[in-house]
Amino acid sequence: MEEINSLMHGFSIALTPYNMGLMFVGVTLGVLIGVLPGLGGANGVAILLPLTFTMNPTSAIIMLSCIYWGALFGGAITSILFNIPGEPWSVATTFDGYPMAQRGRAGEALTAAFTSSFIGALVAVLVITFAAPTVAKFAIQFGPKEFFAVYLLTFCSFVGMTKAPPFKTITAMMFGFALAAVGLDTVTGQLRLTFGHMELLKGFDFLIAVIGLFGIGEILLTLEEGLAFKGTKSKINVRIVIETWKQLPKYWKTMIRSSVIGCWMGITPGGATPASFMGYGVAKSMSPNGKNFGNGEMEGVIAPEVAAHAAGTSALLPMLTLGIPGSPTAAVLLGGLLVWGLQPGPMLFVEQKDFVWGLIASMYLGNIVGLIVVLTTVPLFAAILRVPFSIVAPVILVICAIGAYTVHSSMFDVWLMLVFGVIGYVFKKLDYPLAPLVLALVLGDRAEDAFRQAMLGSGGEMSTFFSNGLVGGITTLALAMLFWAPVRGLLDTFKPKADRS
Amino acid sequence: MSEHEKNTTEKSAVSTKTMDFVVALMFLALGGVVMWDSSRLGSKWGSDGPEAGYFPFYIGLFLCVAAAVNAARAYLGRDLKAASFVSTTALKMVFSVLLPTIFYVLLIDGVGPIPGLGIYVPSVLFIAAFMRWLGRYKWLMAAVVSVGVVVVFFLMFEIWFKVPLPKGPLEAALGLN
Amino acid sequence: MLLASTAACAEAWKPTKSVEFVVPAGAGGGADQMARLIQSVVAKYKLMDQPLIVVNKGGGAGAEGFLDIKGSAKDPHKIIITLSNLFTTPLATGVPFNWKELTPVQMMALDQFVLWVNSETPYKTAKEYTDAVKAAGTGKMKMGGTGSKQEDQIITVAIEKQSGAKFIYIPYKGGGEVAVQLVGKHVDSTVNNPIEAVEQWRAGLLRALCVFDDVPMPYKAKVTKDKSWGDIPTCKSQGMDVDYQMLRGIFMAPGVSKEQIDYYVVLMKKVRETQEWKEFMEKGAFDQKSMNGEEFKSWLTKEETRHQSLMAEAGFLAKKQQ
Repeated sequence: MEEINSLMHGFSIALTPYNMGLMFVGVTLGVLIGVLPGLGGANGVAILLPLTFTMNPTSAIIMLSCIYWGALFGGAITSILFNIPGEPWSVATTFDGYPMAQRGRAGEALTAAFTSSFIGALVAVLVITFAAPTVAKFAIQFGPKEFFAVYLLTFCSFVGMTKAPPFKTITAMMFGFALAAVGLDTVTGQLRLTFGHMELLKGFDFLIAVIGLFGIGEILLTLEEGLAFKGTKSKINVRIVIETWKQLPKYWKTMIRSSVIGCWMGITPGGATPASFMGYGVAKSMSPNGKNFGNGEMEGVIAPEVAAHAAGTSALLPMLTLGIPGSPTAAVLLGGLLVWGLQPGPMLFVEQKDFVWGLIASMYLGNIVGLIVVLTTVPLFAAILRVPFSIVAPVILVICAIGAYTVHSSMFDVWLMLVFGVIGYVFKKLDYPLAPLVLALVLGDRAEDAFRQAMLGSGGEMSTFFSNGLVGGITTLALAMLFWAPVRGLLDTFKPKADRS
Repeated sequence: MSEHEKNTTEKSAVSTKTMDFVVALMFLALGGVVMWDSSRLGSKWGSDGPEAGYFPFYIGLFLCVAAAVNAARAYLGRDLKAASFVSTTALKMVFSVLLPTIFYVLLIDGVGPIPGLGIYVPSVLFIAAFMRWLGRYKWLMAAVVSVGVVVVFFLMFEIWFKVPLPKGPLEAALGLN
Repeated sequence: MLLASTAACAEAWKPTKSVEFVVPAGAGGGADQMARLIQSVVAKYKLMDQPLIVVNKGGGAGAEGFLDIKGSAKDPHKIIITLSNLFTTPLATGVPFNWKELTPVQMMALDQFVLWVNSETPYKTAKEYTDAVKAAGTGKMKMGGTGSKQEDQIITVAIEKQSGAKFIYIPYKGGGEVAVQLVGKHVDSTVNNPIEAVEQWRAGLLRALCVFDDVPMPYKAKVTKDKSWGDIPTCKSQGMDVDYQMLRGIFMAPGVSKEQIDYYVVLMKKVRETQEWKEFMEKGAFDQKSMNGEEFKSWLTKEETRHQSLMAEAGFLAKKQQ
């Protein structure tokens, strides 16, 4: 096969000692960036971009994409240990990862997260290797109405799965939508809900909200119980990796589902964050352990991580073949390509074979290197939980403040983060769920833009969402997902009680 | 809420019922504000789809309705025991960290005409103070950890990643900005 | 190296710490690409002793970045790259800033706009296309563009005025996205900048109908199999008298000293002399006009008035905030 030959050629380019060295450096820097909330992903790659200006394009992109893998891996670490998602796509990882850590299973959770990341990325790279041209054609079929259908699907696959009181769930979700609406309206260029305050122009950044709601909120909650973290008794040894691996194969169904969701969301390009939520949501409604999600199920860590990484990796495909970035980080990488005089687009695969296949080969190698690097750090990170609370807590608070600041270099955001911290604390205590709020905040304005762009195009006809097979299929699937949860609940009540355990 | 059960034996600062009611009222007000601003922008379904305020208006409306239900349920107290939202002891613990954190951010940002100290000096003070007062560490330990951590941050952000963070008079005096 | 001679000039002022290079737009867009190119050129040839750090502040159609610079009076360690939102954002949103509240440093180039259609459509000239739009009737053909009440929509309204055709204008977040939407036929035409659509053009997926300038672009090297940028006719020659270019310029905070401005003028001069910059200009078919000082100010004044009238005609001016 032609792809195999090209790939082998790519390996020969990527496998120089110098490039391998760059991979290790890149992954390590990436992990560091991913761990620091606010710095991660796009910011991190942008910050480290100048490091690569003196290298040749292939080495430079290998280094940058390894930073990207590293950041993808690193995002899970703080999510699991401290309930602080370092990256937007790690939010869903906190749902079960943090409860696992609280029960002393931090090592297992980290291993599961890293391995899942690796699997997700690997599947996506295989797709890129063997299906790039076909897949690129699929991506251009996505216009506003298709995008809206995808966002709708994300909401529907996620909604109705919290155990919180329904009206509190609605409140939390509407609060998220309201926050997402603040700022400039893309479609009309009007300012919404800013009330003349210039600080509100840029809207509420997702990361600020998440650092506050999850990070600060969790520390305040922990404080009530005294100055200690739960889960300090986590096992710290290298065998934990092997033990966890033994458990992973039984979740193969979840992995396949999440890989498909991830690749699809990355290519379309919906992005890694919706993919992670959708992966978690679908796993919860399909898995036999679904009821137990949120209490520290390993499957609840695997599902979002596989999906996020499959998406994060396959997001590079539309960037390379079409020149549209599937994620903000991909956008910065795109800028990097231009700096070296490479113009991403349909011609890149034809004219820059060495570069493209070198990059694809480095995706395989970079992920393997990444997995090795992060797995060796599992005991190290699990050990952080043994550091006394009164040392770790102020350091986390400082990291949160720095993280909130770096997102937009704005002190206002640091204050906002504190406010969100208090909101997060109150929400948790009053049984308002945080997940719908976060999901609405991250997808709300995108979904609204896509909806209104579609409405402009169709002259206000709702039937546009069923106007062709693709969009109709997704919309129907979304509606089916929406009603799946109640139907399943209903079915369960008719089942004999013995089955339900 | 099994994890908070032990609070019931202690003196309650505020009951869950009251807190639930107050929060619901706040959301009710927020929903109202959202609806008001949206109607200013135009909240109708125009000839080519929804106007700028269409979605926010209904978001505000749903928020109001949901908040009203929450408020009513809290007021009638149907699914809430007379549980404590937070005990006085727990509240003290929370404030013992929240207030210094607010003070920490004030130090970074400055108040009114008083300029901030940048992020590094307040971070040293904050970590050291936290360790000394809440963790009961010796001053030496607190100083070593706080200065060490902040120096690492400084190297990481300013030197390696070239991310400029707020800096104050000390950094200026040392020529570090 | 050519740079050595200019570097020899003694400079009265130099940055004493890292310089923030604010981009009032998101990562990956046209302004961002140019800023990162400048950053890379500065780093590669060591044109500055202190690092130059690109910071994206694109919130509120760029208002976030402009307000940041406006609020950093006398800070010589911040520069900003502009696009048309320097004029359009305050006019369309009522956010209080104006180019006169910043310090103009250097015009780097002007960005062109080209009318693009999907290559599978039969239209060969701008006239054929606008006739087809008219024939289809109001609210049938879609023009995709970046943002609302910004340059792309201003041009769309100008085309409508000239030709009598009526488009549905669909705003997207970024230029790259718009080009791909045209490839996927979700819109019927765009007015993308050359750099946003060049790859799709080279791949034969898009067709360039005309450029919104009074003279054709000067680049003669073949970009596609048989066409160069210079082969694209002006819209004026096709009976559509629309002329619009977008400023790519560097500004500083208000109240900076003459020496500080001069430092950046010299720096940008060195940047423009590099091979990388020249290649970038050619790839994106930029108009390499550049100016500074009084000349730049009078150009800005004229351009502001022009935007004021263009936007007033199109009905894009912000209603007064209550």
